[in-house]
Formats: sequence, C-alpha cells, structure tokens
Amino acid sequence: MKTRRRLVNRIFLSLCVVALLAAVVPLVSIIVDVASKGIGAMNLDFFTQLPPLACTQPPCPEGGLGNAIQGTVYVVALSSLIGLPIGLFSGVYVSEYGRASRFGYLMRFLGDVLAGIPSIVTGVLIYTIIVLTTDSFSIIAGAVALGTMMIPIMSNTTAEALKAVPNSIREASLALGTRKWRTSLLVIANAKKSIATGSLLAVARITGETAPLILTMGISVLWFGGFTVPVASLTYFIYYFATSPFQNWQNLAWGAALFLMVIVLGINMGVRLVTRGKRVYA
Amino acid sequence: MLETMSSQEINTMPRGAYPVQVPEKMEVLGLNVSYGTKQALFDINLGFRPNKVTAMIGPSGCGKSTLIRCLNRMHELVPDAKVEGKVLLDGQDIYGPDMDPADVRRRVGMVFQKPNPFPNMSVADNVVAGLKLAGTKDRGHLDGVAKKYLERVHLWDEVKEDTKRSGASLSGGQQQRLCIARALAIEPEVVLMDEPCSALDPTATARIEQLITSLKENYTVIIVTHNMQQAARIADYTAFMYLGKLIEYDETTKLFENPREDLTERYITGKFG
Repeated sequence: MKTRRRLVNRIFLSLCVVALLAAVVPLVSIIVDVASKGIGAMNLDFFTQLPPLACTQPPCPEGGLGNAIQGTVYVVALSSLIGLPIGLFSGVYVSEYGRASRFGYLMRFLGDVLAGIPSIVTGVLIYTIIVLTTDSFSIIAGAVALGTMMIPIMSNTTAEALKAVPNSIREASLALGTRKWRTSLLVIANAKKSIATGSLLAVARITGETAPLILTMGISVLWFGGFTVPVASLTYFIYYFATSPFQNWQNLAWGAALFLMVIVLGINMGVRLVTRGKRVYA
Repeated sequence: MLETMSSQEINTMPRGAYPVQVPEKMEVLGLNVSYGTKQALFDINLGFRPNKVTAMIGPSGCGKSTLIRCLNRMHELVPDAKVEGKVLLDGQDIYGPDMDPADVRRRVGMVFQKPNPFPNMSVADNVVAGLKLAGTKDRGHLDGVAKKYLERVHLWDEVKEDTKRSGASLSGGQQQRLCIARALAIEPEVVLMDEPCSALDPTATARIEQLITSLKENYTVIIVTHNMQQAARIADYTAFMYLGKLIEYDETTKLFENPREDLTERYITGKFG
C-alpha cells in the first residue's frame, strides 16, 4: 500500500516536472536564440541608419533600423495618448459609478469582450474606417488601432486597481461632504501605483503588436515623414525582413527581435521588481 | 418568548414617543428604509435634542446602523436602498428636492466603526482633509485648523513632534481620535458615530468616551453602540431598537432603570441580544 502511494506520488510529480519543462524549454530557447543571433546586429548603425537595400552578393551594406525604432516609439506614444486616458476614465466609471447600474455591468462586460478581440480584427476595422477613407496608411490609423486595443486593457486594470482601494476611504471622503468626482480623484490617488503599473504593462503589451500595424500604418524605408503617410515600425520590419531571402535583412530582423524583446521584457520585469511584495494600492 | 413573537406583534407595540418638547436638532418622521425587497426600518419616529448625546442600542441587525446612516444620507452608497419619510435638520428635510447630500454631510459629520484615516495623507493633512478636498489651499490656515482640532481631541501632544507622518502609522485609538478631529474640522452641527469604539481596547475606549462627553458642549452627538454600558455612561438619551423598529426612547437613566417595555427590560438585563 505504502509503495503504491509513493509510486503514484512520483508519477504525479514527474508529470508536473515534464509539463514545467515543456513550458520553460521553448521560452528559454527563444530567448537564447534571439539573443545569440540578434546580438550581432547590435551596433550604433542599427539605431541610427536606415534599412539597407536587399543584398544578393557580398559585400552587403549593413544599414540599420533607426526609422523603425523611431516609428515604433512615435506610434506607441500616440496610441498611449489615445488609449490610456480613455481607458483610465472608463475604468473609473466601471469601478466608481457603474458598480450597481446595468450600464456599468454592460461596460464591464464589453471591456472583457474587447480585450479578447484578436488584434488583426481591430486592424481590419481601422483599415476600413481610416485607411480606406483617407486612401493611405498612416501613423494616425496605426495609433487609433493600437489605442483601441489599449482601452479595454487599461480600463480593466484601472477598474481592478480602484476596486482594491478599501471602501472605507470612499466613505470617509463622502462623509466629509466631499463631492463624488473629488472623492473619485482621491480614490485614484490611492491607487496611483497600481494604475501606473497597469499603464506600463498596457504599453508593453501593444509595443509588440504587428498585425494591426501591417493593416494600418504600413511600412516605410524612410524616416518619419508626417502623420498621413506610412511609417516604419520594428514589428512590421521583423515580419518583412525575417521572411525575406536576404542575409543582411534577416540579420536586422534578428536584431530588431532582440531589441523589442529586451524593451518589452524590461518593462514587464521592471514593473514586477518595483511592485514586488508590496500591497500596491497604498 | 421574543423569538416566538411575530413582527406584527412587535409592530403594534407602543412606540417610544420622544420625551422632549424643545425644538429638536434633528427629527426623524415616519422613516421606512428598505434594501431591495428587504425592509430594514419600519416607521421610525424620533427626535434628537441639541447639545445632547443620544445613543441607539439594540442587537445586531436591529437597524441602528441603517438609521444613523440615514441621518447624513450615507446609506445612499448602498445600491437599491430606498427611503420613505422625512429626516429634518433644524426643521428642514434633508431628503428634500433641493438638498445636496454633500451639503447635508458637511453639517452632519460622521465617525465610523473602524478608524479610516486616509493612508496616503499625513496626520495634519488627515485632519484638514475635508477642507482640502473642498478646495481650501491656504497652508497657514490649514495648519492652524489641524492644530486646533488635534488639540480638541487631545491628540496634539502625542503627535506634535511629527505631524507629517502617515495617519496610518498611529495606534488604533489615536487613529479614531484623528478621524474624530477630521470630522470636527469641517465644523458640523451634528456628529454621528457608528460604533466608534468597537475596534478599540478599553483604555482607548475610555478616552473616546471622555471626548464624546465633552463634544456635546458644541455639537449634537448621535452614537450607535452595541455596548449598553457605554450608552449608560455617555448618553443623555437612549433609543432601543429591535428588528427594524424603535421599541423605546427615553432619558438614558429612565430607560435603563425603569424601562416601559418588557422587550427593553429583557434586552438590557441580557436576556437576549
């Protein structure tokens, strides 16, 4: 009996370990692979030069992805301008005003649904609304697409952060004759760390988006040239260069993948390090 | 016997006609409150005398907390709460169409069961939180108000070394006095206290009770307590509630020494509750 129990225990534990390895091994191999192949492309040119021409015979021009880094920074900043405030206010509504109402429930439900919409669907939507009507890919269309994706993410994290603020704070404030909107600001101030964390994670989340940008912002081999023309982005260049047959393009794709990974992982791990072990509401 | 009484029978028991004839500071008239389909208060009528301490006692769930929260419209925070009847403050219905709950709450302050200082504010800022949240910015004025009310609740000597530290760093009893100072700093006329000592040790409780007794000089104090001894110690008038109804309301000494209702007597002698 005792041996049988021990055996069952061993089998169960082994299954768990195997599953864990199945999860960790691909992750580690991705990181190692991207790092080892991408590190070669990391030089000053990568950050400052424009993409090179396709190269069929050596010597090949190396070039860089300076314009793609620029474009990604611009589009992420623009979409944050759209997505973060709208998401913040809608999260405040859901948590502070809509808790008991049918409309609030609907908003909460919509938030969950929107957060689950595949990004390419958002991309197609913005493509038909903005790209087709303006007849051009543009950073505006890209920012609207990514901003649209940020809204439910930001709304949900804001609502969660505010709900973690104890009700006694709302009561204390309202009992002092404080207006509802001012009380909501106080609650937000009490949750500012969680909200800042949520904003950064939302930024990290959309920085790696590719599909919506392919459909909205297009691609460009030039530096940023205005709000109504196609603009380069790291993710589109990874897709474009990685699937090309040219060695110098592939190298840049690896470099871009490494750079993007470092940025996104950096934000995620940085946020977790800063908030580790703390109750984030206060 | 009580357990077997129907609510109908309790409903027909004589209601405590309030014992005073002078103008009331606050007056509750025919108050019915329900949450959804559950009725919490049944036809409550009573008045609160100015510059007196009135206690409301009764077993858990008797509606005393609901009643006190109706006096400054705080129960409105509970979704689907419904109120019928009137609550007069100096003769004016606080549920009237022109009344703003925020204005009512500035005149009728509240202290809660669990001390709830704002965790992201200093001791001094907690005291003047009501003023700051209403837009007062004059630092000198705010500091003066903070000192005045910290002294009023006898907390100044304990915190004067460092009024910039977090309000959450104080002990439970100090936090509750801080919350009382915060409620007083908006200069209310009535101070509501919802079991203000139930989270405190006996020493801290004694200090708060002393404070409450001194407060009636300037304020009308209404306190909910499940501690009958506390009501006997500090209250001038006591209301006994049971199952959402006001059973008896009288001067504290009369209610405790010579209750008119059998139910009251059974409760204060510890036969139930």
